[in-house]
Amino acid sequence: MMDTVGIVIVSHSRDVAKGTADMVRQMVGSEVKVAFCGGNPDGGLGTNVPSIIAAIDAAWSPKGVAILVDLGGAETNSEMAVEMLDEHRRPLVVVCNAPIVEGAVMAATEAAGGSSLDEVRAVAEELSAE
Amino acid sequence: MTIDSETLKSLVQAAAERVIASAPELTTLDQAIGDGDHGANMKRGFEAVLGKLDAIGTLPTGDALKTIGKTLVMTVGGASGPLYGSFFMAAGDAIGQGKQLPEDLAEVMSRGVDAVCARGRATRGEKTMLDVLFPVLETLQAHAGEPDLIERVRLAASAGVESTTPMQATKGRASFLGARSIGHRDPGAQSSCVLVHSVCNTLEVLQ
Repeated sequence: MMDTVGIVIVSHSRDVAKGTADMVRQMVGSEVKVAFCGGNPDGGLGTNVPSIIAAIDAAWSPKGVAILVDLGGAETNSEMAVEMLDEHRRPLVVVCNAPIVEGAVMAATEAAGGSSLDEVRAVAEELSAE
Repeated sequence: MTIDSETLKSLVQAAAERVIASAPELTTLDQAIGDGDHGANMKRGFEAVLGKLDAIGTLPTGDALKTIGKTLVMTVGGASGPLYGSFFMAAGDAIGQGKQLPEDLAEVMSRGVDAVCARGRATRGEKTMLDVLFPVLETLQAHAGEPDLIERVRLAASAGVESTTPMQATKGRASFLGARSIGHRDPGAQSSCVLVHSVCNTLEVLQ
């Protein structure tokens, strides 16, 4: 099986993250690894670094991982999680500036075709272009 | 005075206990303009730091600060985990690269503040913890070695947190409120003030 870029979905809400991952799986299929996380350790809304790192591990691919986030703290925590990775993995993970649901579906669709991490990110970020 | 491991342990313990005790107040402030989790998040993080206090006490100062930073990153959650975590990790890096405490305190603080700016893509005047950290840094730079430095730092932190009340937030969750964020003290600035005041109080007793 061809390696494809993995997708990580980080929302403040576990339900939103899971729902987004469900949409990706249904619309794109299972050839792309998709992992998600959401919520804080107390079960409330929020994002946290350890669960983002775990999601990156779960979606890991030699071609890299693209992260889709919802609001500010999800982005800050995702960037922090990337910095906590080993230095050889760090360049292979990007946080996309894209709407979370559309971005995840577009990124996964691009990834399924075997595109590079840069290509996957570019397709997702086109959605945010003015 | 020197910052030996016993001093550092006292500073960390007092600061952590102070933040934990302030959790209800931080939560109240955050309910007004944020998502109401700042108190619980900071409490969780600093309880984890307290849990590692003995280990932190055995480390060289730079490594101790980095351990505190990493612990906060992994336990606080929200945006404040990475922000406070980056502050302590960068400060620890500065000491690891040869900066000394207390001689280079302003330089070490400056590295921490830079890290917060980079992580939050923010600067002063945006109704954040930086509105406390910048005035404290400038006080350290301008008055290092003066006998009333601790009192000056304490006042700078208090004035900094008060300065956030009339500001309109442009960063973080509070920015969604636009002009409605005006008139509320910023919870992140408040937690920074609590930490700075605690360090001032402990140093005064140890002097």
